[in-house]
Amino acid sequence: MVYLTRKIEFSAAHRYHNPAFSAEENRRIFGKCNNPNGHGHNYVLEVTVGGETDPRTGMVLDLKELKEILEREIMNRMDHRFLNYEVPELADQIPTCENIAALIWKLLAPKINKGRLTRVRLWESSDLYVDCYGDGAR
Amino acid sequence: MKLELTRRYALAASHRLHSPHLDEAENLRIYGKCNNPYGHGHNYVVEVTVTGPVDPATGMIAHLGDLDSYVTREIIEPFDHTYLNKDVEAFRDRVPTTENFCIEIFERLKQFPGARLVRIRLEETGRNSFEYAGQKNGDEHD
Repeated sequence: MVYLTRKIEFSAAHRYHNPAFSAEENRRIFGKCNNPNGHGHNYVLEVTVGGETDPRTGMVLDLKELKEILEREIMNRMDHRFLNYEVPELADQIPTCENIAALIWKLLAPKINKGRLTRVRLWESSDLYVDCYGDGAR
Repeated sequence: MKLELTRRYALAASHRLHSPHLDEAENLRIYGKCNNPYGHGHNYVVEVTVTGPVDPATGMIAHLGDLDSYVTREIIEPFDHTYLNKDVEAFRDRVPTTENFCIEIFERLKQFPGARLVRIRLEETGRNSFEYAGQKNGDEHD
């Protein structure tokens, strides 16, 4: 098994707010992230695909193909967007790094059919990231 | 959905690699520059990885504020800007290699109540790093 990882960056805004909580609870739990006007990050996404190399090409998956999938599924949806309002899958969730990484896994897993999606690593900032391994054991 | 959250923290400390079980010549041969009697220091980076279910009300595995204050209390305050050999009880009779430091950090954080500690990755410099995920003899760590 060989693993390949492609890294992309996108910039997006979000806000943490749970309508089931009072305004005060939202502020207490989410702190600055509760700012009604939102705030943003430069997200860095590392997508790892594992598989056997095709003996004819020496590749697990053509990087061009992976690049196009990432462009279509992730960049077009999330880059320069306000995640709460513009990504319908996140409308009823708090758009934390955990939830965005899980969504990215769900969007990418069915599209990658050479090799298998092994890991999604989403960096929210240089000191925080979330890894998603889908339902498979690591 | 299996998710792990990793947070990176920085701390600066000095250490000296010197084993009382070895004679001076051997200490020097094995540890080289790191055996300098005055010690030397590093900017360590501690990566703390936790896992657990995502709370649907907050979207979080662990509340970052809780994790930050726990790590600050258990790791940053006792270790930052210290000489590990002299200022930290655990290293009075244990060589403060980054392997041992990594294990010590894991042991101090494994009781974090907000989520399950998966592993510690400790960077001694940008080029050397060490990972510890607990003992593998059938306990909860993979």
